[in-house]
Amino acid sequence: MITLAHYIVLGAVLFCIAVAGLFINRKNVIVLLMSIELMLLAVNMNFVAFSRFLGDVSGQVFVFFILTVAAAEAAIGLAILVLLFRTRSTINIADIDSMKG
Amino acid sequence: MQLSTSILLTIALAPLVGCLLAGFFARFIGRAGSHSVTILGLLVSCALSFYVLYQLTLGGAAEYNQNLYTWFQIGPFNASVGFMVDRLTAMMLVVVSFVSLLVHVYTIGYMRDDPGYTRFFSYISLFTFSMFMLVMSNNFMQLFFGWEAVGLVSYLLIGFWYKRPTAIFANLKAFLVNRVGDFGFLLGIAAVLYFLGTLDYATAFNAAPGLVGKTLQITAHTQWDAATVICICLFVGAMGKSAQVPLHVWLPDSMEGPTPISALIHAATMVTAGIFMVARMSPLFELSSTALSFVLVMGATTALFTGLIGIVQNDIKRVIAYSTLSQLGYMTVALGVSMYSGAVFHLMTHAFFKALLFLGAGSVIIAMHHEQDMRYMGGLRKYMPITWITMWIGSLALVAIPFTSGFYSKDAIIEAVGESHRWGAHYAYFCVMAGALVTGLYTFRQMYLTFHGKERFTVADHHGHGHDGHDDHGHHEPGVLAHAPKESPWVVTLPLVLLAIPSLLVGFFTVGPMLFGNWFGNVIHVEEANDVLAELGHEFHGATAMALHGFTQLPFLLVVIAFVTCTYIYLFNPALAGRIKSALKPLWTVLDRKYWVDNVYFALFARGGVMLGRVFWKAGETAVIDGAMVNGSVGLVHRIAATTRRLQSGYLYHYAFAMILGLILLLGGYWFIGSVPVGQ
Repeated sequence: MITLAHYIVLGAVLFCIAVAGLFINRKNVIVLLMSIELMLLAVNMNFVAFSRFLGDVSGQVFVFFILTVAAAEAAIGLAILVLLFRTRSTINIADIDSMKG
Repeated sequence: MQLSTSILLTIALAPLVGCLLAGFFARFIGRAGSHSVTILGLLVSCALSFYVLYQLTLGGAAEYNQNLYTWFQIGPFNASVGFMVDRLTAMMLVVVSFVSLLVHVYTIGYMRDDPGYTRFFSYISLFTFSMFMLVMSNNFMQLFFGWEAVGLVSYLLIGFWYKRPTAIFANLKAFLVNRVGDFGFLLGIAAVLYFLGTLDYATAFNAAPGLVGKTLQITAHTQWDAATVICICLFVGAMGKSAQVPLHVWLPDSMEGPTPISALIHAATMVTAGIFMVARMSPLFELSSTALSFVLVMGATTALFTGLIGIVQNDIKRVIAYSTLSQLGYMTVALGVSMYSGAVFHLMTHAFFKALLFLGAGSVIIAMHHEQDMRYMGGLRKYMPITWITMWIGSLALVAIPFTSGFYSKDAIIEAVGESHRWGAHYAYFCVMAGALVTGLYTFRQMYLTFHGKERFTVADHHGHGHDGHDDHGHHEPGVLAHAPKESPWVVTLPLVLLAIPSLLVGFFTVGPMLFGNWFGNVIHVEEANDVLAELGHEFHGATAMALHGFTQLPFLLVVIAFVTCTYIYLFNPALAGRIKSALKPLWTVLDRKYWVDNVYFALFARGGVMLGRVFWKAGETAVIDGAMVNGSVGLVHRIAATTRRLQSGYLYHYAFAMILGLILLLGGYWFIGSVPVGQ
């Protein structure tokens, strides 16, 4: 029997992978974007799990919204990435430190 | 009958209007417009002043004392603008407006080629306004306003030729020395307010007898008599303004200003403000014989020792300046022996003959193309007869030849000092008596050097120097003139003649009422025990008798000695002057260095002030304010920022990590406490 706890643990694991991806990755902006997507998926997993557990459909509706937003965000993120590459000729994160104090 | 307020306001404000018009609208009304409008203002003031004097003397008008405007009010203290016009004020008004009017006219001739022509007219009208406010005031506050305003105009006019370094130095010196006096004056006014609770003259004088027995603790174990403290503080103000030793050093240097203001401000009117003030405060000064002794000794010292300096001066204006100091000393001596009306009387006669002498000197300076050194003059009498005669009249009045104005005032002062029993009166008697000889010496010496004897200047060959023009006054070598000296224009000689008349006559007609006839009434208050004038009055049998009696007195003998000495030295044996000078070299040096008072002040106060300033600059400004406070706080912020800026790596994942860490810490903290605020 698969219980609610399994789903939540799965979501937490996905989220932790995404966070680790953000931190450990020092090379590539695309990996960052992918990590963010993974975070959103972890959230979606929780939404679906609780929706099913509580018998409330609205959680699943939210998932659709989040997917839409995530798609838009990915588009914008990639567009920014393209511009970034055009101006700086690199997508290496270590080089993008203009906010350095 | 009451004097009309509007007349008094017009007297005071007409010069101010003239000043503003000439000062701000000179571009529109031009040079002629500027002098016309200021002279017109003065003419109005002068005519109305004579009218007021007439009303108060013969017209039976009551004394005017009224507040016109309340400036501000703090609790019971009321600072108002008001006029007190009695016979003392009216006399001052007439003297000030008359001399000022003549100086205005004279200025047309004297400043003719000066680029600051309109500015000069504006300033002297402003001065006249300030002086009117000073003498017409009915309270200490307004007196102080006028006091400072005349000081300001004096400062502006000494530095009138502001491109000359010496003029700038002189006006700064005058300003600073006057600040010393004004500080004492302000303390005196504060003491009046503290003890009497009011700054209104009439109220304060009525309450003055209550000062007796009151004391003020200044230092730990000494009690000072309140009246003495008040009077000495007020007199310190008078010492600054009226240039009494040791605050006399600014007056000789003030001769850097144009000659008309030397006549108006530094001889006839402003410098006598201190004398007027003490006479006005007679109800206060009568309470303290200590203060009056102080006044007496200071005045006597000034009268003799500044006169001595005058003997060795070569600058024609400086001789008259030291003579002014000496005569101011005589007035102060008169104040010191409670002879206030005598001081004011001498103030009046002195205003006429000293203004005459200054304006005459100015006329000589015009003729000599701005050469002021008497060693390059001589024999001028045939070139400028009017100046010569009028200056002789002024000089005779100055040395107190009987029947001239100066005789009546000065002789009365000398006799009064002889009668007085005040502490210091013997010293003062010696000083004023010796001063009579000294006055004769420097006056006759000046007249002979300037107008008599051989010409010690040459007139340059005009064709050879034709291209020089006459505009470069004072740049040629000394003693060489571009043109022969000639008599000054009528705007210059007319004031001389108009001043020569009162210099000769006014004393004869006014000595009776002013000194012995109680003309001032209760305006000037003298305690019965101090009233030397009353004792003199017993022997007074009219002005003619007094003058005839004067011929037999010691002062006249001293003047004759001075006359004979000077005549012999400067007319018949000019080489003797140089021999006397080298024989008395040490004494001559002392006088030529002016007793080293200037040097002491420079070493002590000026250099001491600079050193004190340097200490504050190095320690206070540079170390504390700049170093510790301004740069210190900047440095502190800089160091904190240098440390914290390392946290800003610029890498996104560092910020994300910090966010996550923060989240974990927050949630962990709540979990640790045991109440996670989720949901409700």
